[in-house]
Amino acid sequence: MEILNGLLQGFSVALAPANLLWCFVGVFLGTVVGVLPGLGPPATIAMLLPLTFSMNPAGAIIMLAGIYYGAKYGGSTTSILMNVPGESASVVTCIDGYQMARRGRAGAALGIAAIASFVAGTVGVLGLMLVAPPLAKFALSFSSPEYFALMSLGLALVVLLAGRSILKALLAALFGLWIASIGTDLFSTTSRFTFGRLELLSGIDFIVVAIGVFALGEVLANMETREDSTLLETPKGLRNLLPTWQDLKDCRFAFANGSIIGFLVGTLPGGGSTIASFLSYGLEKAVSKRKEQFGTGVIEGVAAPEGANNSETGGALVPLLTLGIPGSGTTAILLAALVLWGFKPGPLFIPEHPDLFWGLVASMYIGNVMLLVLNLPLVPLFAQVLRMPVYVLYPLILGVSMVGVYSASGSMFDLGLLMVFGLLGYLMRKLDYPAAPLILGLALGAGMERALRQSLMMSQGSLSILVSRPISAVMLSLALLILLIPLFGKFNAWRLRALES
Amino acid sequence: MEGGTRSGDLWSGVALGLLGVFIVAQAWQWDYSSPEGPGAGFFPLWYGIAMIALSLLLVAGHVGRAKGEGRPLDWARIRRALAVWLALAISVALFKVIGFVVGFALLTYFIVAVMYGRPAKTAGIVAAATGAAFYLVFDVALGLALPAGVLGF
Repeated sequence: MEILNGLLQGFSVALAPANLLWCFVGVFLGTVVGVLPGLGPPATIAMLLPLTFSMNPAGAIIMLAGIYYGAKYGGSTTSILMNVPGESASVVTCIDGYQMARRGRAGAALGIAAIASFVAGTVGVLGLMLVAPPLAKFALSFSSPEYFALMSLGLALVVLLAGRSILKALLAALFGLWIASIGTDLFSTTSRFTFGRLELLSGIDFIVVAIGVFALGEVLANMETREDSTLLETPKGLRNLLPTWQDLKDCRFAFANGSIIGFLVGTLPGGGSTIASFLSYGLEKAVSKRKEQFGTGVIEGVAAPEGANNSETGGALVPLLTLGIPGSGTTAILLAALVLWGFKPGPLFIPEHPDLFWGLVASMYIGNVMLLVLNLPLVPLFAQVLRMPVYVLYPLILGVSMVGVYSASGSMFDLGLLMVFGLLGYLMRKLDYPAAPLILGLALGAGMERALRQSLMMSQGSLSILVSRPISAVMLSLALLILLIPLFGKFNAWRLRALES
Repeated sequence: MEGGTRSGDLWSGVALGLLGVFIVAQAWQWDYSSPEGPGAGFFPLWYGIAMIALSLLLVAGHVGRAKGEGRPLDWARIRRALAVWLALAISVALFKVIGFVVGFALLTYFIVAVMYGRPAKTAGIVAAATGAAFYLVFDVALGLALPAGVLGF
């Protein structure tokens, strides 16, 4: 009953004309971003974040979330028509999607991708709606030691799954913690790592780092070559985009598989939609009666991963909104957005801001319907975006990045920092340092330090408080176990195989 | 470590190790603990030490690797990306003098004409159009102040 009342309240927020418009803007932009290879949701959300400061927070979070899940729909278009993933979560869709397109079934592949995305995306929102409120109630019993342990566990999971080298992922996370320490220590008012610059007393703005590392780093990496890809012909007319009855029948298990795996992986910090789509594809292939045909253009090979990467979004919002723990670069930026608008995601977020939480949930149901409508008949239109010359696109991204940073602070110093972090983002890509642990370290750094220092104040300096409380002890043990995995050859070989595939 | 580059691991390990030393040296000057609890130096000291230890492992991994193992860096590609970055940094440095609109248009011209080898006419049109579009959308329509130069825009 509580959930039903909440949902009704949510629809009254989401159906307000302004919020409906922001939802549409979000999913539309998300689809475009998803279609464009080389521009992902974290970069786009980071670039647009400064522009939301003057917006109503409900409209702003509805729009940013729309970009997040809308990009998952758009990513499949590029995978299927160009054999290039529009965003990382659509990598696996290339395998069977592109083969279907080459065999003249691009329409069915695009259609099933949209339908699977809709079904699983809706199941993901349903999961968010059912799981988040009880989890938030449970988390009310958490105190500083549990929060420190939880953040350590989240960071450890991201480090484990972020890249091939755990060592580099850990170093990236520590670098993020260092950036988070820059500025005035709020406990003692000591200035830390400010190099005598007044501009650094209040710390480095999260947006500067996020836009620099994600957007600028990505554009610089893409501009290394002049390469262009070939676009297969887009089918025209709704009839040519609808899968056959047999196709839908073949995809029954793929819809369920993608929905469940996507949501479960999403709730784990570090899981992410790329891993969700690979796991779902693997399971689909394992249980299929025609597993030998996978890779040659099997429709379930498109439905399962596309479903999983959409359902993952709902799962990823669970730890973000109920515990204040982001599990990926994108959710870390969403966390920063909520904090910048004056909210504190955590166990009290739902009871204190029911309109925002339920408004977001309801908007995601509406957004998924909008995306289905947009992605079925308008796929040919979105595919035209791929014809935009890169020499026009990249300057536009660079320009929006600079305007985004300057409009947030009006500071030329921040634009200088943006250049530094842009170069850092590029070098990290070249040297195989994953960006997600850095962003997560930055997003969680201040909270981790605060929770640790508060815990030690509670125990008069004894570290035993972290292991004498059962929940905290379990989570810290898990974090330690995760970081020790590379020492066990068999587990590490499995991890590397999973990342390699 | 197979995903590493031949010299990238070594130099990034050295750089991060030096950063770790700097963090520890700074944290040493701040209170480790106070009557109220841990001080400003407590947290940085520990992650600084962790950074030094992990950097040493990274460097040791590079030294222990057979010569020639790992991916070589493609300097032609890197030079291209760094040229764009340098042009971007110069345009930002010039914003105070020539303003965002002109600086951004010049950057766009450089990217289109030099990096993508398009004809000067195409580059000029794209540069003028993007500069004007940014001014109209962000400055005029959205009211966001863009860095202004001596010409006032």
